[in-house]
Amino acid sequence: MRAVTSNGLTNPPAQHPAPDERFAALDPLKTIVIQMTINGQRRDVAVEPWSTLLDALRERIGMTGTKKGCNHGACGACTVMVDGRRVLSCLTLAMSARERQITTVEGLAAADGTLHPMQQAFAEHDALQCGYCTPGQIVSAVAMLDEVDQRRPSAATDPSRDFGGRNDLTEHEIRERLSGNLCRCAAYQNIVAAVREVAEATAPAQTGESNHATL
Amino acid sequence: MRPFSYIEPRTRAEALRLAHEHPEARFLAGGTTIVDLMKSDVMRPPMLIDVNRISGLDAIEHKDGVLHIGALARMSDVAADPAVRRHAPGLSESLLFAASGQLRNMASIGGNLLQRTRCLYFRDRHFPCNKREPGSGCSAIGGENRNLAVLGVSDHCIANYPGDFAIMLSALHGVIHLDGPAGERSVSANEFHVAPGATPQTETVLAPGEMITAVSLPTNRLSAQSHYLKVRDRSSYEFASVSVAAAAQFSDTDGTIQAATLALGGLAAKPWLVERASSLLVGKLADDQEVMGRLAELALDGAAPQSGNSYKLPQAKAAIARAFQTLSRRHEGDQG
Repeated sequence: MRAVTSNGLTNPPAQHPAPDERFAALDPLKTIVIQMTINGQRRDVAVEPWSTLLDALRERIGMTGTKKGCNHGACGACTVMVDGRRVLSCLTLAMSARERQITTVEGLAAADGTLHPMQQAFAEHDALQCGYCTPGQIVSAVAMLDEVDQRRPSAATDPSRDFGGRNDLTEHEIRERLSGNLCRCAAYQNIVAAVREVAEATAPAQTGESNHATL
Repeated sequence: MRPFSYIEPRTRAEALRLAHEHPEARFLAGGTTIVDLMKSDVMRPPMLIDVNRISGLDAIEHKDGVLHIGALARMSDVAADPAVRRHAPGLSESLLFAASGQLRNMASIGGNLLQRTRCLYFRDRHFPCNKREPGSGCSAIGGENRNLAVLGVSDHCIANYPGDFAIMLSALHGVIHLDGPAGERSVSANEFHVAPGATPQTETVLAPGEMITAVSLPTNRLSAQSHYLKVRDRSSYEFASVSVAAAAQFSDTDGTIQAATLALGGLAAKPWLVERASSLLVGKLADDQEVMGRLAELALDGAAPQSGNSYKLPQAKAAIARAFQTLSRRHEGDQG
C-alpha cells in the first residue's frame, strides 16, 4: 500500500483523513497507483494526472454502474458520493479523490443483494425508460435525502424560514433538489413519485441531528 | 484532456511558491470550471496545483459584524450556513439558485468568483474569440448572442459574467482577499472583475501567482434584508439571463426606503453595481412604478444590445421592480 510518485518520492502508508505531506505526479504521462475506498473496500487504482474519477471507476476498476453522459458536468449521470456528499465524478480528478470514501450505485444494495429502498422504489414506480440516467438519479436521490435530514435549504425553501427536513419536502423541493439529474426520456413524474415514497417510508425520527439512516 | 502534471501542496505558502515557480500552472479547487474547460481544450495549463487539502481555507465565521468566508468553503456549505442565512439571506439565495446540488457540493467560493463566461464561442475552439485567443476576433458580435452582455461590453468582446454569488457580494460591498508573490491584499468585490475593453482575456485584477484566500462582507440591517432574484429560461439549473441583487432598509412607520443597494448580473461583462441606486430610492416606496422606472433607466444607462439580446432591457426593468417589491413584502411580513 505504498504509492510511488513520479518524482521518485514514496508516500507513507495512508492515514486518514490524508497523509500530511505533498503529493505530486510531475510526469504527465506516467501512471501511478493511488488508493481510495470504494463502497467500503480499499482499492489500488492506476491513474494518470488527467484521469477523472469517472474514468478510473469505469475503465480502470471496471465498475461500470456509474454512467458517462455528457462528460462535462451538465447531466448528472456520473453522480457518486465522495465522503458522503454527492458530486460529479466526470469533473473530479481521480488524484483529488485519493484517500477519499467513494460510494457508487454498486454500493447501495445490501451485501445479500437486497436492493436499497431507493432502487426498489425506482423499479416499482417504473421511474425510468432507457435507464441510462438511473444510477446517477438514484445516488443523487439517496444523498439528497441525507442533505434534507441535515436540514439544508434549497432554492425552493422559503428564505425567511428554516428548512424543516422531510416534513417540508414538497414535490417542488424534490424537483429543485434533483434538477442536476437530467432524464431525456422524461420519466420525471415517476422519479419524483419514487423519491417521495422513499422519503416518507424511511423518514428518521425528527431529532434535528444529521443521520445516515437512508444509507 | 491534454496531459498535465499534478501537485498537491499542504500549505498555502507552498501553494503560492509553486504558482510562482510555474507561472503557467493553475490552482485546482472544485474543478467544475477548469476541468470542464480543459476537456474542451479551452484552458490548457501544463500543471494543476490542487489546493483542496490545504487546511484552514474553508472556514465560515461571523464575528464583530463581519462575515468571513474562506475561499475553499463550498457553495452548498455557505448557502446553508445559519449566519449567512440570517445576516445575508440574499447571499444564500444567490448560491442556492446557481448550478445543481452536485456542483454546489464541489465548487469553492474562490473558484465560483473565477468561473468563466458561458459564451458559446469562447467554449468552442472552432470559432474566433478574443477572450480565448487575443486578436482572433469576436464571433458573438453579429452571431448568436441571446445570452450575452448588454452592459460593460466593448468592440472586442460581449461575453457576460455568468456568476450569481459575485453579484450579491458586489451589492453588499463585499471584499475579496488575495495572497501572492507580493503579499496579501484586499480588493472590493466591485473592483475585482474588470470590463473587457481591448483585453477581454483579462477578467479580474488577480496578478500572476495570486490566489483568492477569502471573501468578507459587513453585516448590518441592509445585508439582513437582501434578496437575489434570478430570471432564466428554466426555473432551475440554468444561468441567469438577468439577475438582480438588491437590499433595502424600510421605515417602520411609512414603509419608505431608508437605504438600498443594487447590482445586476447576467446581462453585463462584470458584476454591475448601480452606485447611485440608494440616493435615488431613499424616501421612496418600492411600489412607486415611476421611481422604479427611473432606477431601471439609471441602471441600464449605456446599454449596447445586440441583435439577439435586447429583450434583456425590459426584463431587467421588470426584475428590478420585482426585487424591491419582494423586499418590501418581506419587510411587511416581518412586522406581522
